[in-house]
Amino acid sequence: MSLEVMEVSGLATIQDSGRTGWRRFGVPSSGPMDAFAFRAANALAGNTPNKAVIEIGLSDITFRALHDCVIAVAGVGYALSIYIWDFPLWSSYYVRAGWTIRLNKLDSCMWAYLAISGGVQTQPMLGSRSTYLRGHFGGRDGRQLQVDDVLKSGNPSRSLNELAARTLPAEALPAYSDNPTVDVIMGPQEKYFINESIATFMSQEYTVSNTSDRMGYRLDGAALRHRGKAELISEGITMGAIQIPSNGQPIVMMADCPTTGGYPKIGTVASADLPLFAQCVPNKSKIRFRETTVAKAQNKYRALMDGLDKIVESD
Amino acid sequence: MKPRIVPLGDSSVLIQLGDEIDLTINQHVHALANLIITSPINGVVEVVPAYATLLVHYDSLILSFTQIKDHLRAQISQMEEIESRKPRRIEVPVRYGGEMGPDLEFVASHCGLRVEDVIRIHSEKIYTVYMMGFTPGYPYMGKLDDVLIMQRLETPRTRVPAGTVAIAGSQTGIYSIESPGGWRLIGWTSLKLFEPESESPFLFSPGDEVKFIVEK
Repeated sequence: MSLEVMEVSGLATIQDSGRTGWRRFGVPSSGPMDAFAFRAANALAGNTPNKAVIEIGLSDITFRALHDCVIAVAGVGYALSIYIWDFPLWSSYYVRAGWTIRLNKLDSCMWAYLAISGGVQTQPMLGSRSTYLRGHFGGRDGRQLQVDDVLKSGNPSRSLNELAARTLPAEALPAYSDNPTVDVIMGPQEKYFINESIATFMSQEYTVSNTSDRMGYRLDGAALRHRGKAELISEGITMGAIQIPSNGQPIVMMADCPTTGGYPKIGTVASADLPLFAQCVPNKSKIRFRETTVAKAQNKYRALMDGLDKIVESD
Repeated sequence: MKPRIVPLGDSSVLIQLGDEIDLTINQHVHALANLIITSPINGVVEVVPAYATLLVHYDSLILSFTQIKDHLRAQISQMEEIESRKPRRIEVPVRYGGEMGPDLEFVASHCGLRVEDVIRIHSEKIYTVYMMGFTPGYPYMGKLDDVLIMQRLETPRTRVPAGTVAIAGSQTGIYSIESPGGWRLIGWTSLKLFEPESESPFLFSPGDEVKFIVEK
C-alpha cells in the first residue's frame, strides 16, 4: 500500500516515536512535536505506538492513494477531505486506490499526523525513521516531503474493514486551546533567577515567536533576569526544557533540540501539556505557565495516554 | 560534592556530581554512565553524560520519579567500589594550518608563540572526550594547555567543514558534520567522525582519550 504526494506547501516529515540510544553521542531524538496526536493517529490506524507517520505542519498537503488503504488523521488546525467528502480528524478511514486525501491548514494550531495502517516504511537510520532535518538523515532522505514522493506502508495489523471507521472521542483529547495554560515543573536552575522573575514567568502571558521551529520555540514576553551569570557548564537537556539565555527571553526545547545546552533552565513543560504547547501558533496564541509537581505531572500524563483506550467503532 | 538527583521535567532526572570542568569529576560521570548502561532496568531510556552531570531519560509510564531516583541512588552507592575502566585511546592525524586551519597563525600571534609551538603544544597532550553534543559525533575535549586559551569568535562562521580541528576556551573539538561554528580553526583531519549508515557510526565515545598526530 502506498501514498503519493501530489501537492505540498507545508513542512511535512516522516516521524516515529523518536531516535533513542544515541543522545550521548550528540544525536537529537527528533520524533513528533505533538506526541499525543502522533500516538492517537497510530492507535486509530491499528498500529503499534512507534510506527512512522507523516507529520504535517505550517500549511497544506495533498496525497493520492495508489492502493486501497486505511489512514487515520489526528491533530489540530487542519481540515481533512478524502475524495469528495469532508471528514473530521481523530478518526480512521478506508481510502480507495486513486482517491485524494487533502489536509488544509486552518487559522488555529499547528500540527497534524497522518498514519497509514501498517506504518510508513523508510530505511531506518540509527534505529529510527524520524527525520532530523538539520542532520539531513532519517525519514525520506533526511528531508521534508516533496511532490512525487511515494510512501510505502507495511502490513496492516488487521483487515482494512476492521481498521476503518474508528474514532477517538473528544473527551479523550488534551485541552487544546488557542490560548493554553501549560504546566511547568520548576528547576533544576530556578535559583539562577531573581524571585521577581520567577513570579513574572508564572503570571505574564507569552507568545511563540515566528523564528521558532522543530528545534525550539522562542517566547516573546517579559524578559527574565538572572541573579548572576547566564550560563552554566553544558548538561543534558530534553524536549520541554525552558532555557533562559542572557537576553532573558525563554527558549523552549522541542523535538529536534540539541542533546545538551549551557543556559540555565527555569523549568520544563510537563509531558501532558507539551501537545498544547506544541500546537501554539506563533505571534498569536497567548500562553500562561502554571507550576506543578513531578508526581502530579506524571499522573496527568498517564491519564492522558490511558485515554487512547477509548477508541470506538463509528459507523 | 555529594551526588544530587534532581528532576528535569517529568521524564528525565539530572545527576549532579560537581559544578566545574574537572577531569576527576568527569571520570566519575563516565564510570556512573557505564554502570547505568550496563545494568539496565525496564523504563530507563538512555543516559547523557556531560562535564559534571548525567541526564537520565526515562519512561514515566513505566517508572515514577521515586522509582527512578531509588534505582539511581543504588547505582551511585555501587560506584565507589568500581574502578574506572581504562579509557580507549584514539589517534587522530591532523594537518595543521593552511586553508583548513585558517586561524592557526592568528592563534600563534595572539598567544605570543611561533606556529610550530602551537602545533607542538596542541598535539603533545592527551585529551579526554568530556562529553559529546552540539552536532552528532562532536567531541568536547580538554583540557587545553593554558597558553592556548582563547575566546570564541565574536561572529561565528556560517560553514565549517567536517573534520576541522578547533579550540575555544580550555577545550578542543572537531567538527563532526559541516555546520556553523565559532571556535578557532587550527587544522583538519581526514577521519570521519559521524557516518550514520555505518555499523559503528561514531568515531568517538564519551570518556575516550584522544591524541593528535601531526601530519606533514
